[in-house]
Amino acid sequence: MSKTKNPSMSKEIAITINGDERNVPIGLSVEGLLAHLGLVGGKVAVERNKEIAPRSQFSQTMIEQGDTIEIVRFVGGG
Amino acid sequence: MSTAKSERGTDTFTVAGRTFASRLIVGTGKYKDYAENAAAAEAAGAEMVTVAVRRVNLTNPDEPMLVDYVSPDRFVFLPNTAGCFTGEDAIRTLRLARDAGGWSLVKLEVLSDPDTLYPDMIETLRALELLVADGFDVMVYCSDDPVMARRLEDAGAAAIMPLGAPIGSGLGIQNQLNIRLIAEEAKVPVVVDAGVGTASDAAIAMELGCDAVLMNTAIAAAKDPIRMAVAMKLAVQAGREAYLSGRMPKKLYGAASSPDADFTT
Repeated sequence: MSKTKNPSMSKEIAITINGDERNVPIGLSVEGLLAHLGLVGGKVAVERNKEIAPRSQFSQTMIEQGDTIEIVRFVGGG
Repeated sequence: MSTAKSERGTDTFTVAGRTFASRLIVGTGKYKDYAENAAAAEAAGAEMVTVAVRRVNLTNPDEPMLVDYVSPDRFVFLPNTAGCFTGEDAIRTLRLARDAGGWSLVKLEVLSDPDTLYPDMIETLRALELLVADGFDVMVYCSDDPVMARRLEDAGAAAIMPLGAPIGSGLGIQNQLNIRLIAEEAKVPVVVDAGVGTASDAAIAMELGCDAVLMNTAIAAAKDPIRMAVAMKLAVQAGREAYLSGRMPKKLYGAASSPDADFTT
């Protein structure tokens, strides 16, 4: 899969992340989305449209218009 | 008997191929902050900690992260399904946890009633079967019913974790008979999970023959959590040693300890 990122393009797509609608730049991978959201470091897991987006494929899995994304991490719990 | 009695000093317990010297598993919820949490886990001598899986807070991506304080390099993380009320919720949560951390050892907890937080054992058993088929090693929070405990073991549970009392109640072990029966019958480790309030409760769990104790609120909600963590560590050790040493039989009447002859006259 080729990554066609064009930084000069300002087009955005609407997606839902953790229940909130957001506009994000077009052409982001999951990895790019995490960076865009400031989520660098730490262990997160991502669901795209109810399917796990495996960590090993974060850079290849592309975000598309209308996607529903869940991003979770470990927090304190009993 | 769920584990063989061992020599003093080499007493360990093994879950799904992982061996632990500490028989105290601690939660990571309800602490003032993650720093206190980490200090309590250290003071407890814990090697395994339970963790929850929740949505990242997107409005504050820089908020403190559990893993920066309680390191997965230092502690075995046991992801839980706390807050899940269906098998599907639980499986979804644990699949995400496995992807985030790369661990297959998990704690299954499917609740039924928001007031008592008692587990829904029908859903729990169903979720267990699905998780085992998906390659997870599942430590199962459950009711203190010996028959259900056996059903869980038959379904492939890596550990049976009966409640001593409702989660967060601190009431201590309400049904010692059942906990003892579960510990005697199980061939996988038995861990009392939930209900411990103070050190003697943890000691009783171990005296009944359990392999370990899991607690969160009893430490986190103490006025001095670090000191209570130490107390729990000692109580688990004391209860385990008492169990291994084989306690004296209970008697209905007094039996003098000193010789009952050769008194001066």
